[in-house]
Amino acid sequence: MSDQTAKPEQIILAGLDGERTWRLADYDKRGGYAALRKILADKMTPDAVINEVKKSGLRGRGGAGFPTGLKWSFMPKHAGERYLVCNSDEGEPGTFKDRDIMRYNPHILIEGMAIAAYAMGIKVGYNYVHGEIWDVYQRMEDAIAEAREAGFLGDNILGSDFSFQLYNTHGYGAYICGEETALLESLEGKKGQPRFKPPFPATFGLYGKPTTINNTETFACVPWIIQHGGEHFLAIGRPNNGGTKIFSVSGHVTRPGNYEVPLGTPFAKLLDMAGGMRGGRPLKACIPGGSSMPVLPGEVMLQADMDYDSIAKAGSMLGSGAVIIMDDTVCMVRALERLSYFYYEESCGQCTPCREGTGWLYRVVHRIEHGQGRQADLDLLLSVAGNIQGRTICAFGDAAALPVKSFIQHFRAEFQHHIDHRECLVSHEVKAAA
Amino acid sequence: MNAPVQNLIALEIDGKPVEVAPNTTVIEAANQIGIFIPHFCYHRKLSIAANCRMCLVQVEKAPKPLPACATPATPGMKVHTHSDYAVDAQKSVMEFLLINHPLDCPICDQGGECLLQDLAVGYGAGKSRYEEDKRVVPNKNLGPLISTDMTRCIHCTRCVRFGQEIAGRMELGMAGRGEHAEILTFVEKTVDAELSGNMIDLCPVGALTSKPFRYTARPWELSRRKSISPHCGFGSNLIVQVRSGRVMRVLPRENEEINECWLSDKERFSYEGLNSPERLTRPMIKDGGQWRECDWQQALGFVADKLKAIRAQHGAEQIAALASPHQTLEELHLLQKLLRGIGSGSIDHRLRQSDFSADASLQGVQWLGMKIADLSRLDRVLVIGSNLPKDHPLIAHRLRQAVKKGAAISVVNPFDDNWHMAMAHKVISAPHAMMAALSEIVVSSNKSANGQSSETAAKIAVSLKTGQHSAIFLGNLAQHHPHAAQLHWLAQQLAQTTGATLGFLGEAANSVGAYLAGATPFHRGARGLDAAAMLKNPRKAYLLLGSEIELDAYNPKLAMAAMQAAEFVVALSAYRHRATDYAHVMLPVAPFSETSGTFVNTEGRAQTFNGVVPPLGETRPAWKVLRVLGNLLGLDGFDYNSSEQVYAEMNVSWNLPMSLNNKLASAPARHAVKPDADRADAVAAKAGLQRVGDVPIYQSDPVVRRAVSLQLTHDAVVPVASINSPLYRRLQLAPGDQVKLRQEGAEIVLAVTVDDGLPNDTVRVATGHPMTGELGGAFDTIEIERAARVGDDAAMIQR
Repeated sequence: MSDQTAKPEQIILAGLDGERTWRLADYDKRGGYAALRKILADKMTPDAVINEVKKSGLRGRGGAGFPTGLKWSFMPKHAGERYLVCNSDEGEPGTFKDRDIMRYNPHILIEGMAIAAYAMGIKVGYNYVHGEIWDVYQRMEDAIAEAREAGFLGDNILGSDFSFQLYNTHGYGAYICGEETALLESLEGKKGQPRFKPPFPATFGLYGKPTTINNTETFACVPWIIQHGGEHFLAIGRPNNGGTKIFSVSGHVTRPGNYEVPLGTPFAKLLDMAGGMRGGRPLKACIPGGSSMPVLPGEVMLQADMDYDSIAKAGSMLGSGAVIIMDDTVCMVRALERLSYFYYEESCGQCTPCREGTGWLYRVVHRIEHGQGRQADLDLLLSVAGNIQGRTICAFGDAAALPVKSFIQHFRAEFQHHIDHRECLVSHEVKAAA
Repeated sequence: MNAPVQNLIALEIDGKPVEVAPNTTVIEAANQIGIFIPHFCYHRKLSIAANCRMCLVQVEKAPKPLPACATPATPGMKVHTHSDYAVDAQKSVMEFLLINHPLDCPICDQGGECLLQDLAVGYGAGKSRYEEDKRVVPNKNLGPLISTDMTRCIHCTRCVRFGQEIAGRMELGMAGRGEHAEILTFVEKTVDAELSGNMIDLCPVGALTSKPFRYTARPWELSRRKSISPHCGFGSNLIVQVRSGRVMRVLPRENEEINECWLSDKERFSYEGLNSPERLTRPMIKDGGQWRECDWQQALGFVADKLKAIRAQHGAEQIAALASPHQTLEELHLLQKLLRGIGSGSIDHRLRQSDFSADASLQGVQWLGMKIADLSRLDRVLVIGSNLPKDHPLIAHRLRQAVKKGAAISVVNPFDDNWHMAMAHKVISAPHAMMAALSEIVVSSNKSANGQSSETAAKIAVSLKTGQHSAIFLGNLAQHHPHAAQLHWLAQQLAQTTGATLGFLGEAANSVGAYLAGATPFHRGARGLDAAAMLKNPRKAYLLLGSEIELDAYNPKLAMAAMQAAEFVVALSAYRHRATDYAHVMLPVAPFSETSGTFVNTEGRAQTFNGVVPPLGETRPAWKVLRVLGNLLGLDGFDYNSSEQVYAEMNVSWNLPMSLNNKLASAPARHAVKPDADRADAVAAKAGLQRVGDVPIYQSDPVVRRAVSLQLTHDAVVPVASINSPLYRRLQLAPGDQVKLRQEGAEIVLAVTVDDGLPNDTVRVATGHPMTGELGGAFDTIEIERAARVGDDAAMIQR
């Protein structure tokens, strides 16, 4: 056992090759709820739990990569109402890992949240599931019912004096509700719009009470950390990049899907795991962290490793771990047009630069793609994107601006060709190969 | 009290040091030292939204520009509001705001007073880089007061936040996402809050503008004149905007101690009544049953002669005056002086009051009992007999703010209307049972008293006792109530046992001033008939000052009978109202906008104002009319040259503070106050149904009655009879039925509606409305039965 746990390749998706892995019985067979049992049996102190998470180097898997242990330590210790929220509103284009965790291994999330609640002394939690995956929501409902029945949730969990009520809730598919404060608004029954920060949710969260929000995958890492120790988790990855990460590989690969690998795994290896490039075509570009992150040229990616620091050094961000692979059949103008349309449609409309700017960006990219581009358009795009970035209430503005900036930065010639020749640089023959 | 110095936060804005209290935002700190930071969504009375991003400023060491409205000042902070970095951010926001703004300034009503227009001068570019089609947003129907051009909206959500936070109800919201986000009401609803007009002021662009004012004038054509609101007792400060001698619109004049930056819709839109075609513009005498216009000399000479003749023939006590409490202090003073000069003490301004048994025990002028600004600081309040949001929209707003800070508001009322604020406890009882209900609270509050009390009564008593700043207010209904004196006495006892302050919610602009002026039958010892007595015992002659007695009296039927029987009625009025049916002389006197004068508001603040436009036609200020009439009657001391001289004679600054006193010296004579006796009284009254007659918000005074836009609002709908379901079933009513209402032999037919907020055996029918003017007393017994259905006749014919 200890040999295996020393350096496993997988933590969350391990052992999910059986039948009905989402049932409590299967989770139990895989050693499930052992961490929660251990905490309660050993009467581990909440601080000890937080310390273990700190030691693990676990960073938020939702996109921002904020150290989880540190975030937990921000939760005030007083006795009043406080909430734990799981952000399962996975809406980032290219990302599809949380839904698989909930679909195939829901109890690992429940256990992770229960441990987090124990560590922060929280009595009530909500799991906010994206509004377009009803089957997953239903599965989470069944899993919570099972867990409650078995005494892993509810009052006096496993006979201890620790009580934790966990509820599922769902949105209606708005991308912005993945922004944590918009999620809180939605959870409160209001229109999902981000709040101005500060105050941060740690002091003013759900219903104005201190709230800790983590991503699904983040919670899912926690049981293993408690059971095997923070150092072991850290050792799986690299310094400052502990543990494994699930990468949702999509696009022009032979086997798109979720791949859990230790952080620091070379991109080339991840690409191999996904069966390599579809039809053996060359890798043109890759967005390594979900559609909000800057795109990188293929040759840069092939030199990079899949961890927070390495990808940052390469000029992008690991984000949610959505790896979007594009081969040489892709027209980068068209790709950006599609992305810009997404941000134009999903902007919540609350603050000016994003509400007005995302539509402007889309319209300019649209006209370039459709042979109406003007010479000044690329500078205009960079200027408008720059005017959005850093001037909005939430990070959505940056998410809309970064793709525009990076696409033009790395593939300016393609855009220029569209403007000059009113046609695509990617030839019809190459496109036809797609 | 100044905060201790060590608590202040020192920061630097544009190189200028400033010290501010904790929790001050950068925009507020900048304001303190006179630095203006451009903004749209920020408003000091509303919550922070930080959505327009116009106030982005540079903060040293911050990685990006920060919104000054939402960024708290921190020690040592260095802020640059006009650095290249900051201005670049501000200009980019302005560019974004303008790309979808129609820039139709030449045809926009906001032009000339538009924040976007003003700031675009400083931060906008001469030419837009946006060359695509602009967004077009369909307009919304928000009702008769607010006009919309939603394409101009910049989504600052001030209007939405105003609804939620100030008006107490969210009538506007922002639906849709991104570019498709738009401000709208719930499906097919309009904006009905009594304070809705403030959204027009708050809107920084021309998306929400005034419907009555639309396309009538440009702001730069208008003169701004100061005035005081002539409606409820609040005394809001006004800016009246005029052009060519005509009032074009009314805006709030900021006064933190009274109306802050708000106005109720009544105060804002009533000006339409000033320009009404119903204005009386020349003196008229009824000659052989026909009205004939004449000059002032003729008219006043006729009035003087007639009054002298009546005095000689029937005695001075046969002359009575009924004055509107919406008249100025000076006018009311001269009226009473004139009447007392003639030798009659029968003058009153309490036209809707029905119980005057407390008169002998009054210790002074009934007032709010505190400053208006103190209302927001109350933590426990009991309101007795009031339709608060309709009768006193801005007092309701003050209490709403208090509730937000944790105040508990309770009521004793004959209906259960929505006050749009969280209510702690409610006792809803028929008017005749209100005394018993109040007695129960008194009993609960006083350990030594014996008697039973309900759970709610006990809770209210405890609530009042446990407050740091408790108050008990008697509203308009309590003042009009047939047992008003008893309610007053009980409220006073409750105030004593709970330590609460007792206050009266002043019904009219000069309810306090009218007492002070002596427009009461008990001024300085001289006794005359009160408003009810002079109608029950009809006089030979009546002087009506500003009062439309057929609508303003507690019992319009009785009032009309008295007027019609009188030998001589003089109506000093700004309007041709029903006095044309019963008066003998009509004298056009100026409304508040055309005369100088003083109103004393409910907190006892005397506010003097000037006329803002010249009198219309032959209209004259009433103080001048009364002065000349005094001369013609040969009375001494009527040689004034200005209203200021009248005011000086009254020595207001000396008299006013000493006069304000809500105490009764002893229990009112009519009622030995014992809870059991009250119950007996209640049982006796149970024999029939009791009317609950409150005055509709837009029928409260002559000016507002003629404000055409207000008359189109939901609050001005045709009166209906409201009853609760048990009574509805008892009357075997069906949808679409009408009811016959009967009081004192008079009968009217109205539509009927079910309101289960009403207590048993009550019929709520508005008073003060032309359609119910045939009925009797507002809280007297009433009969109701199903009116014949259309089908009934058909069935009859069939048979």
